[in-house]
Amino acid sequence: MALIPLIYLAVRTGEAGVARVIEELWTARVAGLALRSLGLAVVVTAGCLVLGVGSAFLVTRTDLPARRLFGVLASLPLAIPTYIAAFAWISTVDRFEGFWPAALVLMLCSYPYIFLPVAAALAGTDPAQEEVSRSLGHGAWRTFTGVTLRQIRPAIAGGALLVALYVLSDFGAVSIVRTDTFTRAIFISFDLGFDRTGALVLSSLLVAITVLLLTTETVTRRRGARYAQLGGARRAPIQLRLSWARWPAVAALAGVALLALGVPALSLAQRMVAGVSRPGTLGEVATAAGNSLLLSLAGAALTMLLALPLGLLTARVPGPLTTALERLSYLPHALPGVVIGLSLVFFGINVAFPLYQSVWLLALAYAALFLPLAVAAVAGAAGQAPPILEEVARSLGRGPLTVLRTITLPLTLPGVGAGAALVFLTCMKELPATLLLRPTGTDTLATELWTNTTVGAYAAAAPYAALLVILSSVPTWLLAARSGILDKEGAT
Amino acid sequence: MSELRLHGVTKRYGRVTALKGADLTVPSGSLTAVLGPSGCGKTTLLRCVAGFERIDAGEILLDGRRVTGPPQRRRIAVVPQEGALFPHLSVAANVAYGLDRVSRRSGRVDEVLALVGLDGYGDRMPHQLSGGQQQRVAVARALAPRPPLVLLDEPFSALDASLRTELRNDIREALRADGSTAILVTHDQGEALSIADQVAVLRAGTVVQSGPPTEIYRNPADPWTATFVGDAVLLPATIDGRVAHTALGRVQLASTDDAQTAADAKTATVLLRPEQLRIAPVPAIPNGAMNATVLRHEFHGHDALVALRLADGTRVTARVLDGVEPVSVGSDVVVNVDGVARAWPADPATPGPREPSTAPSTGTGHRSG
Repeated sequence: MALIPLIYLAVRTGEAGVARVIEELWTARVAGLALRSLGLAVVVTAGCLVLGVGSAFLVTRTDLPARRLFGVLASLPLAIPTYIAAFAWISTVDRFEGFWPAALVLMLCSYPYIFLPVAAALAGTDPAQEEVSRSLGHGAWRTFTGVTLRQIRPAIAGGALLVALYVLSDFGAVSIVRTDTFTRAIFISFDLGFDRTGALVLSSLLVAITVLLLTTETVTRRRGARYAQLGGARRAPIQLRLSWARWPAVAALAGVALLALGVPALSLAQRMVAGVSRPGTLGEVATAAGNSLLLSLAGAALTMLLALPLGLLTARVPGPLTTALERLSYLPHALPGVVIGLSLVFFGINVAFPLYQSVWLLALAYAALFLPLAVAAVAGAAGQAPPILEEVARSLGRGPLTVLRTITLPLTLPGVGAGAALVFLTCMKELPATLLLRPTGTDTLATELWTNTTVGAYAAAAPYAALLVILSSVPTWLLAARSGILDKEGAT
Repeated sequence: MSELRLHGVTKRYGRVTALKGADLTVPSGSLTAVLGPSGCGKTTLLRCVAGFERIDAGEILLDGRRVTGPPQRRRIAVVPQEGALFPHLSVAANVAYGLDRVSRRSGRVDEVLALVGLDGYGDRMPHQLSGGQQQRVAVARALAPRPPLVLLDEPFSALDASLRTELRNDIREALRADGSTAILVTHDQGEALSIADQVAVLRAGTVVQSGPPTEIYRNPADPWTATFVGDAVLLPATIDGRVAHTALGRVQLASTDDAQTAADAKTATVLLRPEQLRIAPVPAIPNGAMNATVLRHEFHGHDALVALRLADGTRVTARVLDGVEPVSVGSDVVVNVDGVARAWPADPATPGPREPSTAPSTGTGHRSG
């Protein structure tokens, strides 16, 4: 299923012929695009690592004042689509264009992808290992780099991978700050050209880069403990006393939050005053909101349905085949939504016509785009239910289906729910595939926002943007709560 | 209540053969301990019987019927090492998990909880229980559906010593009261000998000996088993009729088949248990007893192990009960032998005590429990 876009890409690129492909590929423009896209991915991922791991450590492992508040503030940027953030910045700061502004916007919007898993991992690690390291004469810093970082390495690597893939496929922000990357070049080729070969070749190149990224991550990944500990009382992790350093830490976190949340909020509020005063808008906003919720719900439901078997398989039957399956499902995530969208238009017209112009084709696009998020969540959650529990259940006379219903699902459901919330949230924010695949006449918050900004109607766009951010905050809150950083016990 | 029989059960993982034609009979209503060093295939045997692993050869018979189906059809209950209670279910719901609707209402849950000494704990969640209590719940959960067979996989190994003794006696009582047939897998020979009706010694995937604990201890199948199930003094000897000539002097042989073959072979390895060696102060007039020097005194509370060096340099171990006049390291004593010895032909083909990790590398050895 996730492979439909890839097949489309392969078929259409193949049709173009080798000579034509090489001709398209070997140009200075492509080299420039590749360098800029990769550079952006590297810079943003590095920045997000610093912001994400740093704030996660401060929030979970120190006596920072107002830790729970900062936990929420560090998760909330997830609710802000990059195109809204870019739009807010460009309308606040003059001449906000080019590589570094794009990097800044993407960094501020996507560091929660690292913050959330790392904070959860830091809150859940076994303090005994750190204590052993300290007792063997290693100081706080060596313990952190030698033990703690290794314990949370899977969380960091997973988050960094999501950020890098996200940057490679982002379209809205780079378009608004006018930075030419692969995605923008592909969209322009699709939009303008009758011959789409150029765009297809660029997409193929982007897929190749993604494959490279995924392979590197797999190769460097080490095998670790896969399952949660059974029995034994869990102790709270060791807390670091910040003393004099607490105020600089608070200032840093507050500064990041101000840039990531304050700027968009302020800009939207300014525009809102003009926006809602126009007659008739409220009804339209409500319809668009309804459509957004409905489509995202359908997308999240379909995605989770597909992710459940895949995620359980990845966690339970590790092997080359399942790893390959899991990796394959990552691929479409790095494809621009435009490619996914157009490939599904092609699929709808030629293969599954009844689906064309229906909510389900769009849901399928969402599923193709966001399957990796869901699979990662399910696989992580399956680790909470060690196989021995299922074996015991079966030895007590229960069949595989009953065991799934009474043991595996109840134990994995919280994690699966978090995955669903994340997918729902990302569906709400998705723009290019929605633009291409929504049934005619169905407008969502994201498409209305886009339509209005492209014609320069910033004031009219503001209410949609505001509502989108507010609605997205709800699943974001759920995610933050789930990661354990809001736990009261953790705060003492 | 059912009888379990294993015939030539073989299980391979790739190139590693975990079970090599294991044969075992577990009589109905008995508790059989499968005893072996780590890596001998104990847990594999258990998982094969439970149905978690598919066997490559041989057959498993329960009451004469071949069991081949998936675990849920076998209804053989398992108590894993770490208990593995379902963390999202209360104690009562855990215990009721294997019960159908009718027996859930019949009070069986309270009955088995009382059996393991946890009445009134039904509403607790697993994380609110201590390690020992969790194991008790795991046993109650296994017993609740009255399975034909209960498998216990080192269920006491994670508990501290005093708790372990108490819990294993309680669980032995619970199994007996419920009339269950059970297999206990363990590497602790004290545990196996003290609570089992039958002990099966497993080594490198094969059952080398099975029988009542006393039989295993007094009449082990080979020197390796002898050192594995308890402290042993193994001495080279020459055989003359029913008497062995050893570094400790003349020792009477037990009337066993192996002793006969050993007599035919003329040279043999004989087994004495440290409690058969009596030590006494050197008498004023020599009485023919062997002289020895005390090398080490290992105090265990109820008794002590005394390491000795005989005049010819052979090292042996004697067990003395607490309360006997203490001996000081370096002093000389005399050694007498009580009772009879077990002998095996000193044939290099016989599995000798030179096994890795579990037995000492000299002919005289002991395992400290």
